[in-house]
Amino acid sequence: MDSVFDHAIRLGDDALILGQRLSEWCGHAPMLEVDLALANIALDLTGQATLFLALAAEEEGRGRDADALAFRRDVLDFRNCLIVEQPNGDFAQTIARQFLFSNWQELLLAEIAEAPAPALAAIAAKAVKEVRYHVRYASEWVVRLGDGTQESRGRMSDGLDWMWRFVEELFDAVDGAASLRPAWEARIAATLRAAGLERPRPMRPILGGRKGHHSEHLGHLLCEMQFLQRTYPGATW
Amino acid sequence: MRKEWPLWEVFVRTRNGLAHKHAGSVHAADARMALEAARDTYTRRMEGVSLWVVPSASITASDPSEAAALFEPAADKVYRHPTFYSIPDGVKNI
Repeated sequence: MDSVFDHAIRLGDDALILGQRLSEWCGHAPMLEVDLALANIALDLTGQATLFLALAAEEEGRGRDADALAFRRDVLDFRNCLIVEQPNGDFAQTIARQFLFSNWQELLLAEIAEAPAPALAAIAAKAVKEVRYHVRYASEWVVRLGDGTQESRGRMSDGLDWMWRFVEELFDAVDGAASLRPAWEARIAATLRAAGLERPRPMRPILGGRKGHHSEHLGHLLCEMQFLQRTYPGATW
Repeated sequence: MRKEWPLWEVFVRTRNGLAHKHAGSVHAADARMALEAARDTYTRRMEGVSLWVVPSASITASDPSEAAALFEPAADKVYRHPTFYSIPDGVKNI
């Protein structure tokens, strides 16, 4: 049976790493409006990470706080799923990642919000409203790109293909998520239908993030994210 | 082909009961996207309860070079301003 700490650290790491990834778009998005939207989503996720990691630190009771968990933990100790650490790629690949992940995250948080662990439930209830918007934003773009030009359609399809191998891990027995699968599949299918896109072909899933077996991408992400606290431990401003 | 998405004017109602006020503009391919962009750009800090977006091209503006003819004649007609009434002390907003 997983403890509150286990749940909180997984939820916190998912949000932290995806928030960091999305913020890489800041100043680089195709339009100012898109730049702002992605930065907003990144900030939502960073806010969720702060709450979940603070709870994890409290549960752990070893004198660490949310910042210590975020900035002074090594790559093998991170428990995020692999999809959130995948590179941004082009805009369509970023949208594919957001679309697949946010749909899962919304279903999961809605369930946790009703669950008997009050501290987790309170954070989930707050976060689920934000994630509902992330789903809406990403789904709109899946339809726009999929139902757009030949170029945008090809890119959207490639983006989904790239991210699809990390879907299985989301439902891999963690947090009781397996029961969310039918609802998730129905949402994904409805949006893909509206976009005129095919469901990617089944592929060999890649697992391991929840055990700390990460892709090489996470180490590079942490280098950048943790640099300041590693170089100047305890620095504040 | 036009490179930029069309421009939309954004109006935000900050509280129920108040009128929508012009907040700025966004670029977007259509009305739905304009609403989302407006939400992200102008209501991030809980500024609004309702949003309108209007294609900028639909707005007919007065010609600045005619400003003198349109607006200045009002300046010396003081009798059009309700400034000759004494306002009771209890009245705050008028």
